[in-house]
Amino acid sequence: MEIHTDNGSKLALVLSEGRRFGRFLVSEMKPKGKIVTPFNVFAAVVLLVAAVLLVIRFTRGLAATTNLSQDFPWGIWIGFDVVTGVAFAGGAYVITFMVYILRLEKYHPIVRITVLNGFLAYVFYAGALLFDLGRPWNVINPIIGNSFGVSSVMFLVAWHFMLYMIAEFIEFSPAAAEWLGWRRVRKLLGSLTLGAVILGITLSTLHQSGLGALFLMAKNKIHPLWYSEFIPILFFVSSIFAGLSMVIVEGTVSQRVFRRQISPEHRAAHDEIIIGLAKVCAGTMYIYFFLKILVFIHGQHWNYINTPMGWWFLVEIVGFVLIPVRLFTQAVRFRNLSLIKVAAVLTLIGIVLNRLNVSIIAFKWYAIEHYVPSWMELEITLGVIVAEILVLRWIVNRMPILREPPGWALDRPEPARKQAFVVKEGERKEWTVTSM
Amino acid sequence: MNRRDFVKTVGGMSVAALGTQNARAEEAAAPKEFVGVLVDTTLCVGCRSCEFACAKVHGFPEPDPSPDVFKEPRQTSTKQWSVVNRFETDKGEMFVKKQCMHCNQPACAAACATKAMLKTEDGPVIWRADKCMGCRFCMLSCPFDVPKFEYDSWIPKIQKCNLCWDRLQEGEKPACAEACPVEAIKFGERRDLIEMARARIAKNPDTYVQEIYGEHDAGGTGYLYLASVPFEQLGFRTDLGTVAYPEYTKDFLYAVPVILTLWPAFLLAVSNATKKDND
Repeated sequence: MEIHTDNGSKLALVLSEGRRFGRFLVSEMKPKGKIVTPFNVFAAVVLLVAAVLLVIRFTRGLAATTNLSQDFPWGIWIGFDVVTGVAFAGGAYVITFMVYILRLEKYHPIVRITVLNGFLAYVFYAGALLFDLGRPWNVINPIIGNSFGVSSVMFLVAWHFMLYMIAEFIEFSPAAAEWLGWRRVRKLLGSLTLGAVILGITLSTLHQSGLGALFLMAKNKIHPLWYSEFIPILFFVSSIFAGLSMVIVEGTVSQRVFRRQISPEHRAAHDEIIIGLAKVCAGTMYIYFFLKILVFIHGQHWNYINTPMGWWFLVEIVGFVLIPVRLFTQAVRFRNLSLIKVAAVLTLIGIVLNRLNVSIIAFKWYAIEHYVPSWMELEITLGVIVAEILVLRWIVNRMPILREPPGWALDRPEPARKQAFVVKEGERKEWTVTSM
Repeated sequence: MNRRDFVKTVGGMSVAALGTQNARAEEAAAPKEFVGVLVDTTLCVGCRSCEFACAKVHGFPEPDPSPDVFKEPRQTSTKQWSVVNRFETDKGEMFVKKQCMHCNQPACAAACATKAMLKTEDGPVIWRADKCMGCRFCMLSCPFDVPKFEYDSWIPKIQKCNLCWDRLQEGEKPACAEACPVEAIKFGERRDLIEMARARIAKNPDTYVQEIYGEHDAGGTGYLYLASVPFEQLGFRTDLGTVAYPEYTKDFLYAVPVILTLWPAFLLAVSNATKKDND
């Protein structure tokens, strides 16, 4: 900013700067690609139907749209959207741990996209909790402090969701500042990153396990093969490889969809990143499998194995933990990237199975009429996912998430990144944005 | 890590710590004894006066008076806080009243993030509309599946027996206890009720099974039951154990402040140790 002594010209400058900024925002609001694409049409239909259903849900109660009952108070809006969605969003805390705490610079290129994904996942999937709450206008009660239910795991989870979203936003915010061209704000926000990362990892440890702890009091309602006092630890450990598998799958999709935005260096490094992540997945999955077996033996549950629920348990444990972890191991050894992707997808299915088993399928497995979600619950869930993808695409197409940050933003106190880009400063290219 | 980063991190942590405090299961350390109800199923004749009195006092529609309601055991509902069920047992037909058990350490109250579900110092477990956010965690946690939710309303309430909390404030008995023509429903201090129940068992050891349901089940409940046949035959869950349900989350909640203080310190230390340009 230039310094003007004359007040009049100062005002004129502020005004013209304001107008310029306004025009910039307006132009950024416009779509950047073709509007009528198959995906956009699909998204529009899904969102429209979801909007109508939500009006019905909020005017006529949960019974009008969901199959929830007195016996099944929690359906897929909790079991999938929140409990599974948050496990999938675990990549953000694992990657920030690797990059900012362990300083494994190799993974720096995927920090922003992972943090953005994590942040949006919390906003949308934890946000979808509001659809499920019967009295959502009271959702601020545990926050504003007129009634702290400190003995409640739900209280802990609510606070941690809120604080974690703030931490994630701080971690992501430098990219927004770079987009807006706010240099001093960018510098300030950048200096907050490490603190936000430490806060974020701590909160994640607690609320990933906290989501499991929600089910501890449902002791006599969850099948013994899934209920154990170690649910919190199992949820935490599995969130590590769930999050990383999501990063692998999401990264593969991004490499295609946003190909033009990704620098050749990043593209070349991506394979190594994927192999590294697969190693971490394999390691944590072996630990998880070991814990699962330990809990199983400790609980003396052999008698359940040869029952329908026992076979279902084996499907989860063998089909979607043991097989993918073997695939990860093999794939790392032979540097087979497509095998890693297969393993990651199997792992994600396994996480969906596990979270749905604990929260829905093995919950009151003895009930004569078991809960099955209505098409409207599924449609609204799909709407939440589509909305998240649209917002993600909007941001990635505008802010330096996959792209390199603007030149002025590179002189920040992050040694390795600085080194990496200083060399190329002379031959910087503009990465054009053509997809919407 | 410089001093500013440190201060920022510590600041963030204390906000987080505020959020969780030292969460612990509420201790039942009230100076007075909880009130409760003793139901003697050997006396109950199945007249359902308690059901009708309950509906009347709490403004619910009058229950279906037809004896057909006994065909299948009923659950309480959003319009009926208390129901009487009939069971075929070894000793013939038996009737059992079903409602909130008013646990000494209720799972529902420990589950509640807003203290909408509250164990009062007198003993009744009550629900408060202005606090509840409708998450239904109480329903998930209650070992007796008592809280019921109004799924068909856009301003839903949780419905469950509150042991006539309003009437107790005015020195009256719960409506069901007052309505019972055969004194099968006895209201009083829990300690006295247990004494009374033991005396009845001791006096008529051939009539009663040697157990008071609710004395220890799920950590002890405000509602206590006497019966002449094993409680499984009367539709009771006898697999709940004697541990109070909030105990199941206590270990996790105790670990929270520990992790909240140790984890950031550890992360800061590792982050400093891995710093390359500052040594």
